[in-house]
Order: sequence, then structure tokens, then C-alpha cells
Amino acid sequence: MSLGVIMLVHTAFDRAEQMVRHWAGAGCPVVIHVDSNVPAVAFDRFVGALADLPDVRFCARHRCEWGTWGLVAASQQAGTLLLEEFPEVQHVFLASGACLPLRPISELRSYLDARPDTDFIESATTADVHWTIGGLDRERFTLRFPFAWKKRRKLFDAFVKLQQAVGYKRRIPEGVVPHMGSQWWCLTRQTLDAILRDPNRETYDTYFRKVWIPDESYYQTLARLHSRKIESRSLTLAKFDFKGKPHIFFDDHVELLQRSKCFVARKIWRDASVLFNTFPASGDPLHQAQEPNSGTVDRVFAQAVHRRTLGRQGLFMQSRFPSIDRQTSIAAAPYAVLQGLDDIFPDFQSWLTQQTGAVVHGHLYAKDRAHFADESEVYRGCISDNARLRDYNGKMFLSNLIWNGRDRQHCFQFGPTDTQNIRWTLAKDTQASIWVVSGAWSIPLFCSGRSASEVRAEAARLQRIEDKFLKVLRSPDARARIKIMTLAQFVEAPMAVLQTIIDEIAGHRGLAIKEAPEMRDLAGLPDYLQELKNQGMHPFLTGDITAGTAPATKPVVLRKPYVISGK
Amino acid sequence: MSILTSYRLRWQRKLLRIRALRKGRELVAVTDRTKDIAPNDVLLFCTFRNEDIRLPFFFDYYRKLGINHFLMIDNGSEDAGSDFARDQPDVSLWRTDAPYGEARYGVDWLTYLQGKYAHGHWALTVDVDEFFVYPFCDTRPIRALADWLDASDLRSFGAMLLDMYPKGPVSQTTYRRGDDPFQTANWFDPGNYFMSQNKLLKNLWIQGGPRARSFFASKPKQAPALNKIPFVKWRRPYAYVSSTHMMLPRGLNLVYDQQGGEKTSGILLHAKFLNTFGDRVLEEAKRAEHYKGGREYRTYAERQGADPDLWCQWSEQYINWRQLEVLGLMSKGNWA
Repeated sequence: MSLGVIMLVHTAFDRAEQMVRHWAGAGCPVVIHVDSNVPAVAFDRFVGALADLPDVRFCARHRCEWGTWGLVAASQQAGTLLLEEFPEVQHVFLASGACLPLRPISELRSYLDARPDTDFIESATTADVHWTIGGLDRERFTLRFPFAWKKRRKLFDAFVKLQQAVGYKRRIPEGVVPHMGSQWWCLTRQTLDAILRDPNRETYDTYFRKVWIPDESYYQTLARLHSRKIESRSLTLAKFDFKGKPHIFFDDHVELLQRSKCFVARKIWRDASVLFNTFPASGDPLHQAQEPNSGTVDRVFAQAVHRRTLGRQGLFMQSRFPSIDRQTSIAAAPYAVLQGLDDIFPDFQSWLTQQTGAVVHGHLYAKDRAHFADESEVYRGCISDNARLRDYNGKMFLSNLIWNGRDRQHCFQFGPTDTQNIRWTLAKDTQASIWVVSGAWSIPLFCSGRSASEVRAEAARLQRIEDKFLKVLRSPDARARIKIMTLAQFVEAPMAVLQTIIDEIAGHRGLAIKEAPEMRDLAGLPDYLQELKNQGMHPFLTGDITAGTAPATKPVVLRKPYVISGK
Repeated sequence: MSILTSYRLRWQRKLLRIRALRKGRELVAVTDRTKDIAPNDVLLFCTFRNEDIRLPFFFDYYRKLGINHFLMIDNGSEDAGSDFARDQPDVSLWRTDAPYGEARYGVDWLTYLQGKYAHGHWALTVDVDEFFVYPFCDTRPIRALADWLDASDLRSFGAMLLDMYPKGPVSQTTYRRGDDPFQTANWFDPGNYFMSQNKLLKNLWIQGGPRARSFFASKPKQAPALNKIPFVKWRRPYAYVSSTHMMLPRGLNLVYDQQGGEKTSGILLHAKFLNTFGDRVLEEAKRAEHYKGGREYRTYAERQGADPDLWCQWSEQYINWRQLEVLGLMSKGNWA
């Protein structure tokens, strides 16, 4: 039993010659099809170079443009010639000049000899494939494509749209169930012969001539009619990128290819001399019967597609700049924004760090400078604390900060005294959770010792700013997790709120609060607020803090309730 | 895109080309070896001035990358650099003493040469202190990148400028002729770059890095642009608009993805901060031939007497391109 090879060549003739010699050297007859676009000089030189090989034939030439019928016509032509001239051939392998045998060809032959009735051709119905480009799967078989996709894309697209709009559909010949798959196959003599001598071949050819990318569907469909046993996979390792372009193998893929144990791989870079010198590898009698296993290769290239199409969440860089309305978050990791709590608890930052283990920054957007967790001038990633530099692009300041420290959870304080430009970004960010105790800005004013009449204007300004922020947070566009409470609500049950915040930030690692943070002495606050009201400024964001509900300085520690979380 | 804008940009491009033709007359060929250029060769274009000390490593580096031919313009050098470049077998050298500023900081001269020699070639346009790094550059020559870009139907390739600096004051390094500058200046800022989109020309405008944080923190708008498109499959009608930051036709500027994916990109390692920096700053501040009358150089001169220490505890030490890719400064994108 013997293996015959059809080789399609259109460029890099020196490499193609090398490949022909590999196949011929292993005793496989080769029929070569050269693209009719190749100039006569180059063709003649190529024929001359292979003149010493007795079992090499050249067939009539067709124009092989990508995605056109020419490629099928070429393989038909070559296949007919191969079957005629070499009656001993039992399996026919379709290869190109850029297909490199990885394992000894003798191993491929014994592999096929052990499976004399099996056709190796990837063949799936249109409903089950996900790799189609341009969203055309079923429609490849029912529309017409008179314009070249590569050169006249706009016309191509317009014509497809037009046909879809008027509901045009071609009739698929009777008995044909469209299948698609890799164009690199290995068929048995019987199947190929049956396809080429099918009494209906004329009908099929006329039909497939007008199908888009027929080389991915002609044999794949017709093999289903004639084959006794189809193994739906290709023996040729070929990976495609997200646009359907073949990935190219380079010298540094040598190990990857060795481990894959595939018989043949494509496409090989023309100058990848290491690959061309290494393969086909000399036989290893122990692993002769090993099945191809392209798992690692698949993973590497799947990662590439993933990177190209989805990228790394939260990264802004020179070649990834997602437009604002196409993303739900600018951050690489969840983060928390806390407003008002540090006004109530003077030592809040260090207390929260201790409780959660998160990175707790001060007011990152303070007017004077960015207060990083360690109060340094330059923070992780070499981010400067300079307020002007920060405000020049406040959004990217935040995304950089989180990207650089995405291994940790970040929290920062925010408030009406800070630069406010970032507020829409925060409100729309699904990675943000925002906690606001409204009206807490009144506490520093109260503690400043200045009289209500002195701070009246300042209080009104802060309230106006905070109110604007709250309106943003309450808008239907806000997507962050947001919890707003008034100062009055908060001081009624501060521990419960703090525990929720800690649980939210630290998750299951959150500790039950052992030691409550020290609260400022708010004993005179209700009177102070009343005095503000008397001055004509109405602090409505604080809620109703009356003398009666004046909070205890030291909140009572509640035991963490034992709850089975529904999260 | 409105037809009017498109028409206006078309004219802008044409005017740039005409301007380049006019400025091209200022160039005098010193050695012209362009007949050695083979159809598939990767070319490098560069303008330099008094760079004798840097040229040996520059040629070494790019020859190892696989550049086939160097097209160099010497803008009035007074040192031995010109002779050195002239004697290299793969260099074509032109000389001009015309003012740098009036030739759009050398871009006019380069556009002229590119139009004449680069048509149909992959062309890399860099300064003598910029060193191109791309994914797999340690295992795949630049020809592999060019072939892959061709196979992917891509015409241009972006590479952000990454300022490299030593640990300690810049003046305390000693750079000797032929040295690898990244033996000493091997630190960089890993994550403080910010960008916005140029609505007209579609390119990203990237700023940040050590220069923004040390020199331009209080006037960030003036911080130098770091976005670059140095590697282009050149066609005659193309033109760089401002240094290699952006191009016309503007489709070439779309070297980034806007749907969330990552396109393949590289880095230009910038060996600016060596002990040669101080003298260069004083000279260029006085000469005022650079962008906006050398404004950038005046800022350096004002700040820290041109001997800055840019290092901080969060600086990263350069290892290789994989490190830059992990940090998110460049990307393998779809290339595997």
C-alpha cells in the first residue's frame, strides 16, 4: 500500500523543492500543481530542479486565488493525474509547498496502512462551526459571491447585504448536505476516486464553483456521500488567527512542534532554517505509533486569539485603547471608594488596613496631592503624587494605579474637598463599590473650632459638591455597587455598616471587628448643625441628627453574626 | 469621516510631500550604495548629528536585528561619526548643513529619501538613541516580523518610546564608544503612562514616564509624546506628520484596538539619559533647533541643572521584551 501526495505550490520554490524531495525520498509519488500566475521562467526552473525524481508529475495549471474555485480545480486535476499514473496509491494526501512533515514519512505511512478505510478530513455541518469569518457559514452555500473578498470588500459586503435583504437563496443540489472544515485532507483512493468520477460531478462542480471558499467545503461535503469511514480531523497541523489567516511557525516553535507529534504542519516561515533542518525528525522506534496530540499548540494559539480579541481587562496601552462605551470598567480589579468615613473616624485608614489587609489609600484625588497608602511621592508603577499630573488624565491615573497593583484590593477615600472630575468614571465602573456617608463633611468643620457663621459658606459649598456626586451615583447610568446613607443613619448603627464594608472588601478573609475605630466626639454636633440652620444654611445631607440621637463616642462592638452568605 | 476632512488631509499630505521634495535638494550624497538594496530588504532611516560615540553600537544592534540597509542623514556633524558611517558597507550616507528645525526636525529629509528608496519596502525610522524591541526579537529577525505583518495585511507597526535611565545621577554614568547603553541605563517606569486619542489623525497621544514625572509634572501638556509608529510598509504617498509620532494617510495610525483586544506592538528603548545628556541639553537649549524652539531642552536645563536622578524605588530593571509584555507596555497581540 502506498501514499501519494498532491502538492499545491505558488511561491517559495526552493522550499517547495525541499518538501517534494522529502516526500519523494520516502517513496511517495508527488503530483505538483503550480499556480498559473507563476511566470514561465520560475515554473521551468522549478520543473528542471525536480527533473531527477522519477515519481514526480506536474499537472495542468489553474489560477489559484484565495477563496476561489481554482484551488479545488487544481486539486481535482492533480488528484485525477495521481490516481491514473500511480495505481498502487491507496491514500492521497493534500499538502502545500509550505507544509512541513514533522515525523518521518514512514510513520505516517504505517499510520495510514493501519487504517486503510479511513478518510482523514475535517468535516462539520455549518451549524456546528464557530470559525467562520465574516459571519458567513450557512450563507456561503446559499448566496452568490461575484466579488473578491480580499480586493473588493465593500462590494462583497454590499452584495451579501442586498441578497439577504431580498431573501435570495441558491438551491443546494439534492442529496448534498453542506459541510466545512480544514482544506488539508488525506483521503482514501476509493473516496477520492468516487468523488472525481461521481456521475453528478458536473452538477456539484457547477454548484460549488459559486460557493464562497469552496476549498473548505467541496471535498468536506462530498466525502460525506462516498466515504465508508470519516475521521473528522486533519492530519495537517494548521492554526488560524481570528481573521482566518494561517498562523506561521518560526524557529522558536521547534519544541512545540516536536511535542505535538503531528505528522505535518503548516505554514512554515520561509526562512525558518532551524525547522527545515530539524524536520522531518528521525524516527524514534518507541514512539512510532504515537497519536498526534496538538493540545499545547492549540493552547498557545488560542491564547493569541484571546489576547487579540479580548485583551487584558483594565489595561490601557499603545495597542489597546478600548473606547469608553465599549467597556464596563476601566479597572483591572475591584476597588472601593469610601466617602465620609475618614471624617467620622480619624484613624480610619490604618484601622481598615488592619481589618482587611487591603491597600487603603488616603484621598487620592485631594487638591494638594495624591495621598497614596504609604504617603510616598512616587507610588507603584512610578505614579507621581503630583496633583496637576494626576488631574491631566484622572481616569488613567486610576486605571494605572489599579493595573500596577492588581494583585491587591485597593480602597481610597473620596470627598467633596477633592477634585471631582473622576465622579462619572467611578459611578459607571462595574469594578467599583462606592460607600458614601453623606453630610460627614460637617464633622471636620465642627471639629475645627470655628463658629457656624464662619463656616457657613464652606459648608454650603461642600454640600453642593456632594449633592452633585450623589445625583451622579443615583443616575440610571451608574453601574458601580453603590451604598449611600446619611450621617444620621450611619451613627445609629456604625458597626453594622463597617462590618458590611469589611466583608465586601476582604470577602471571606474579613475579620470580625474586634476593636472598633475611635469615633470623633460628636456630642455638640446636633447643636452645631442647628446653628448652621439658624444661619440660613440647611445641611440636608446629614439627615436628622437631633440632640437625643447624639451618638456615643465609642461604638459598641457587636459580635459578627454567623451568616451563611448567599454570595 | 467627512469628505471635507478627508480632502483636507489629502492636501496636507500632498503638501508635506512637495515640501519634502524641496528640502530633499539640501541633501548631498556622501556614499550612495542604494543600488545594493534588494527587493525584499528591510531598510532603516535615521538622521543624526554628532553621534560618533553612539553609532558603533547602533549599527551593531540593528544589524543583529536583520536590517539590510541603512539610509543615514548627517546633519552637520563635527565629529568623526560621519566618516565612520560612510565606511560601513551597508550604509548610504547623505549630508546637509541646513537647519534641522526648518526641515521639520529632519522629517522632510527622511520623507524625501523614503519616497525615493523605501517604496514597497518595510522601513524602520528611528533616532540614533532609539532601539527597537518587538515580540520575539530575541529569536526572530525583523524579516520575520515584516513577513508576518505582510501575511496579516498590516501596513504599520507601533512602538512606544520607553525612556531608560541609570540608577543615580545621569552624569555619573560613563558611556564609552561601542558600549551597550542599557548596561548602565537599564531602568524604566513600568506603569505611569497616560493616553488620549487624536480625533483628527486617529493616533493615540501617549505621555508619561520619567520625563513627565520629573520635568513636566506641573505642565503635563508639554510632556513629550511617546507614541511612535516607526515600522511601516512604505508606499510613495506616505508621510510622517510630526516626527514618527503620526502619519498620513491616517489609517496608518490605527496601531491600536478599540474593541478591547490587543494589537501586536513593540517598544523603542530610549537611551537618552546617559552622561552625554547634560552637554547635549545645554547645546540644544542654545541651538533651539528642536521641537518648539527646543522648549523641551530648556525645561531640562532649568530643572536639576540637566543632571537628574530619575531612579525611584518603583523603577523596573530591564530584562527582556517578555518583561515589557507582562507589564503591559507592549503586546504580542495575535502573533504567537
